[in-house]
Amino acid sequence: MTDVLLPVAIAVPIVAATLPIALGLWYEDVGWPIAAVATTVLVGFAGAIGAEVALGGRFSHALGTYQPPVGIELVADELSAAVLVLVATVSLAVLAFSRVAGPRGNPFYSGYLLLVGGLTGLVLTGDLFNLFVFLEIVGITTYALIAADRSGASAYASLKYLVLGTVGASLYLIGVGYVFLATGTLNMLDVQAQIVEQAGYADPLVQASYAFIVAGLALKIALFPVHVWQPDAYQRAPDAVTALMAALVSTTSAYALIRVSYTVFTVDFLAANDAITTALLVVAGASILSGSALAAMQSDLKRMFAYSSVAQFGMIAGAVGLANETALLGGMVHLIGHGLLKFGLFLGVGMLSLGYGARRIEDLASVAREAPYTAGAIAVLGLALVGIPPSIGFLGKWYIGVGAVESSLTGGGAAGVGIAVVIFVSTLFTLAYVARLIERFYFAGVGLPGGHGDDASDPAVTDGGHGGASEASEADAGPVSPVEDAPRSSWVPDRVPPASLALLVLTALTAVALGFGGFALAEWFDPYLTEVFA
Amino acid sequence: MTGVGAVLASGTAATSALKVVTTRHAYVAFALLLCVGLYMMIANPHLVKKIIGLNLFQTAIFLLFITSAYVDGGAIPIVPSGAAETETFVSPLPQVIVLTAIVVGVSLTAVGLALCIRIYDEYGTLRTDTLRELLRDEGSIPERAQFGDETTATDDGAATDGGVAATGGETDD
Repeated sequence: MTDVLLPVAIAVPIVAATLPIALGLWYEDVGWPIAAVATTVLVGFAGAIGAEVALGGRFSHALGTYQPPVGIELVADELSAAVLVLVATVSLAVLAFSRVAGPRGNPFYSGYLLLVGGLTGLVLTGDLFNLFVFLEIVGITTYALIAADRSGASAYASLKYLVLGTVGASLYLIGVGYVFLATGTLNMLDVQAQIVEQAGYADPLVQASYAFIVAGLALKIALFPVHVWQPDAYQRAPDAVTALMAALVSTTSAYALIRVSYTVFTVDFLAANDAITTALLVVAGASILSGSALAAMQSDLKRMFAYSSVAQFGMIAGAVGLANETALLGGMVHLIGHGLLKFGLFLGVGMLSLGYGARRIEDLASVAREAPYTAGAIAVLGLALVGIPPSIGFLGKWYIGVGAVESSLTGGGAAGVGIAVVIFVSTLFTLAYVARLIERFYFAGVGLPGGHGDDASDPAVTDGGHGGASEASEADAGPVSPVEDAPRSSWVPDRVPPASLALLVLTALTAVALGFGGFALAEWFDPYLTEVFA
Repeated sequence: MTGVGAVLASGTAATSALKVVTTRHAYVAFALLLCVGLYMMIANPHLVKKIIGLNLFQTAIFLLFITSAYVDGGAIPIVPSGAAETETFVSPLPQVIVLTAIVVGVSLTAVGLALCIRIYDEYGTLRTDTLRELLRDEGSIPERAQFGDETTATDDGAATDGGVAATGGETDD
């Protein structure tokens, strides 16, 4: 009976999405409570599904009692459970921020819940065409949410994303069409078997199908040559929406890439088609390098972290292309870790702009004195993004790097070492832009009127930043000053929403704590890896 | 006409090309429509025409699915209870897929056009080149201004939003 959890987990947010609009006819501001209840329930379901997977391994549900391969199957295994838990918790956490930061209004929360439902479905489905439908549900709601603050610039960014995102989803659909022509089935596991039985890995139709699917998902993930929609969309979207998008939307598309590559086409297909994996690795490498370099050149905070996402997803795509166990483990760990880190970073950036009106790196001079906890948490998350151990960012990069070198050592050619080098270079770039941020946070106030150089240049930069600036009592003397109606808290000097601050600090701590959980994560993903590389 | 046919039939490559056109014309149409749609999206500076290009692109994919499902002489796949399944049937699955994809396409077009209306209200143009100039003139100023607008506009936002897909369009100021 536990398999009923799967359809119910998808149904909860989608059904709840109708409520804010319907009840909005009678009540105002009913959207947030409904969204909070629905996502809390979803967190419960995600936890239950995770526990079920931990106890009994992979389980599935045949929708409407039509047995697969004819019917649509929902599947939970280690990978999807991990991503599902990320989706549920982040979507609940973003709500805490959107309550203070907006956008407000019942229709926004309908869209929000629809997006969460789409993400849940995308993670749980075991059917290729169903995946397309959820991909488009996620897409459409994301376009609507980006434009939720009703400005012209966000509408333009959203339309750009709409055109490119739809092309991506359509290319994915062509790929699904081709593989359907080759095998006559859409169920993921059945396709896996039928490709071997009916077509073989060298069949041009199957190869073209995989190429189209990868190209389509690359557009959705925002890999290098086709990433152009992403920085605009992230920058122009309302802060709460950016945090949700950056943490989940591209992440689930990358999850779909891993799923399709390893569950549908299998590692044997990748091994049999060197040209395809090499092309994927080249794209991944270009994505890593250009994303990092472009991020280092930005001065808008949201844009900077947006480009950084291009680089990090390049690493995940690289892990997919390397097709060995260690690299794929790294890819999956980085998928979860990057989602968590980007949620924290965009939440922090949103909080700074809410409390201090600072959106550009120049505006941030000695924020650490004004908002020590916020700045400290952002600094920790930034260093985790660089990959300083112990942190989840380090683990993901490390496994991908080791996997890359391994693949070269086991006769994979120069591509593996190339990826490892590219990751190293990208780490330096990441350090460059994160260090710039930290320098602004902690040192830039020196010499400015009212600034205390001694306080601000305290060497305790990386310990969370509490020591460096907490004694700075003159709250409005620094170059960064809070906006008029910035929230005030009696506990901390930070003029940011307290609930969001608690979440931000919690996210930073989780990112560090997960850095100690390398073996636990490896153990968690082990059943999936052995299944894939059997 | 016969001249053209003779010329085409003379080379083997040309013959096979002709064969493809005559026997697999639906697939050729699929490829052509796909390219026309894609080209329109890339080359046309007008936003609404980009959306039309997008629709062409999607229609091409519908054509691919429908063509693949076509069976010469196939019957409608409805079997009355008790009847023997002796006939050849057309596969219903691709048609269902296309139905779903049409629904997705329509809602995408709706969202796209709503965004176009919003952009037109804001900037008075739908040409990307003009738009880009206007956005550049705006510079990075909209950051702060947007934020202020948003907080002041929240109250009427709650009351006037038509729905997620239709936000924007008619209620924009």
